[in-house]
Amino acid sequence: MTDIVDKAPTPSVPPEQIKAIPVRHYGRWVAGAAVIAILVLIGVAFSNAKINYNIIPDYLTDDLILSGVWHTLYISVLAMLLGLVLGVILAVMRMSSNPVTSTVSWVYIWFFRGTPVLVQLLLWYNIALVFPVLNLGFYKDEMNQVMTPFLAALLGLGLNEAAYMSEIVRAGIQSVDEGQTEASHALGMTQSKTLRRVILPQAMRVIVPPTGNEYINMLKTSSLAYVVQFNELIKRATDVSSTSLAVVEMYFVASIWYLILTSVFSVGQYYLERRYARGSSHSLPPTPLQRLRKNVRLFASFRRPEVAR
Amino acid sequence: MTRLGKDFAPSTSDRPMVRAEGVHKSFGLAHVLKGIDLEVNPREVFCLIGPSGSGKSTFLRCINHLEKISAGRLSVDGSLVGYRQSGDKLYELKEKEVAAQRRDIGMVFQRFNLFPHMTALENIMEAPIQVKRESKAASRERAQRLMDRVGLGDKTSHYPAQLSGGQQQRVAIARALAMEPKLMLFDEPTSALDPELVGEVLDVMRDLAEDGMTMIVVTHEMGFAREVGDSLVFMDDGVVVESGHPREVLTNPQHERTQSFLSKVL
Repeated sequence: MTDIVDKAPTPSVPPEQIKAIPVRHYGRWVAGAAVIAILVLIGVAFSNAKINYNIIPDYLTDDLILSGVWHTLYISVLAMLLGLVLGVILAVMRMSSNPVTSTVSWVYIWFFRGTPVLVQLLLWYNIALVFPVLNLGFYKDEMNQVMTPFLAALLGLGLNEAAYMSEIVRAGIQSVDEGQTEASHALGMTQSKTLRRVILPQAMRVIVPPTGNEYINMLKTSSLAYVVQFNELIKRATDVSSTSLAVVEMYFVASIWYLILTSVFSVGQYYLERRYARGSSHSLPPTPLQRLRKNVRLFASFRRPEVAR
Repeated sequence: MTRLGKDFAPSTSDRPMVRAEGVHKSFGLAHVLKGIDLEVNPREVFCLIGPSGSGKSTFLRCINHLEKISAGRLSVDGSLVGYRQSGDKLYELKEKEVAAQRRDIGMVFQRFNLFPHMTALENIMEAPIQVKRESKAASRERAQRLMDRVGLGDKTSHYPAQLSGGQQQRVAIARALAMEPKLMLFDEPTSALDPELVGEVLDVMRDLAEDGMTMIVVTHEMGFAREVGDSLVFMDDGVVVESGHPREVLTNPQHERTQSFLSKVL
């Protein structure tokens, strides 16, 4: 042990809690009041509008609307899956050293990102103009029979999504340090195994947040599928409004459902991000569920003495 | 550090483990290796020193085909790296064949390059399971033994981010050893470490050398080279300037360039 050279100087002021007058932020009060006033005005305007709000709750659980919700949900999930799988393939093609595959991928992305989804949906729906007959060798049919509203919606939305997903996946793959590839090659892993076991799991951390964004976008973009007669939420809402004559009210009903769906998936995305954050930070913040459980436990421990009494 | 017996069989053959004849390497216009000739014998600790940019790391990376050589011949344990010779024609090896060659050559990087999404144990188990199709139980057992060997038996479930640099590098050594290599390449294994963590990594390497592992070490640790090394090569500007026994070269350098380099680092 070394000698203690000198003692810590004794503080001249005894340590005690500081009680100072805080700085007043008058500007914050003014800004807050202004924002609330504007919100109130908007609210008043909406409540005075000629909208029959009373019928909205009834139509939320209308059979046709619910079937629309279900169609919207499954077409967006399926189109997203198609986009994801194709997006990974396109991203790998784009980064390959083969000039043919990388150019094809580039052209695909150029075309599908550069044209409106609405046009793409209509193109698929009318594909019989180009290929009147579908002949796969083992399967042959009239194209008009094959290209149902469902298939047109799936291809239109999914193939368009693939172009965006491939850029997201490519960014994710490129975000992984090159040393990771070298390390797995040095261990004797092949390129495909390296991609699957080492690169993609790490790329997911970069891929998941924008993909969640894309999915939420997809939930809403799927409404465009009404032009190909696919029975998703907006189409159903329009169908209902043609009999009930409550047009704007039905759009409110549809919007409430979109809000519910996007909220639910935002929570799902939160947990997915945590899963792929493994090993990236020293400790992860608690999930809302963990926080809730902890609070309940805390609450229970406070209550206990009262229960005893 | 616990010694639990050998995790590999030291090579018993007498043919050189690595033989380089006139190895050249260019990156575009940059001529990085300008004719390297050397031989590394089995069970030898072979140290490569030299200023940065001298090509020593590039040469090391050529040995397991992370870089393709531009000219010359480079062979490991009697077979050409990355090529197959038939008559006087050279055929490039397929990706799978290159991967098979690399299995037997362990490599430790300056920046560790552990897989951050896997725990220490999973890092070590990954290659035996994926490449050698080993059972999970067997590879877990070996991984645990290797973690004990590098003195980290209690850190198996830690992720790399939760380990110090020295601990990460020891896990990286264990990961390379899990493939039971016949040759280990070390690319400046202690250069990214805090000075106080260098010792623990060098201890593991020394231990490995005593067990008869053939090792090629690119290093700036002259003390390690002197104590553990069997031969030493000083490289500068893509050529071997001087070679010999580490004690000879380090204490009595013949070449002027070696003298000036050593006077700066020793």
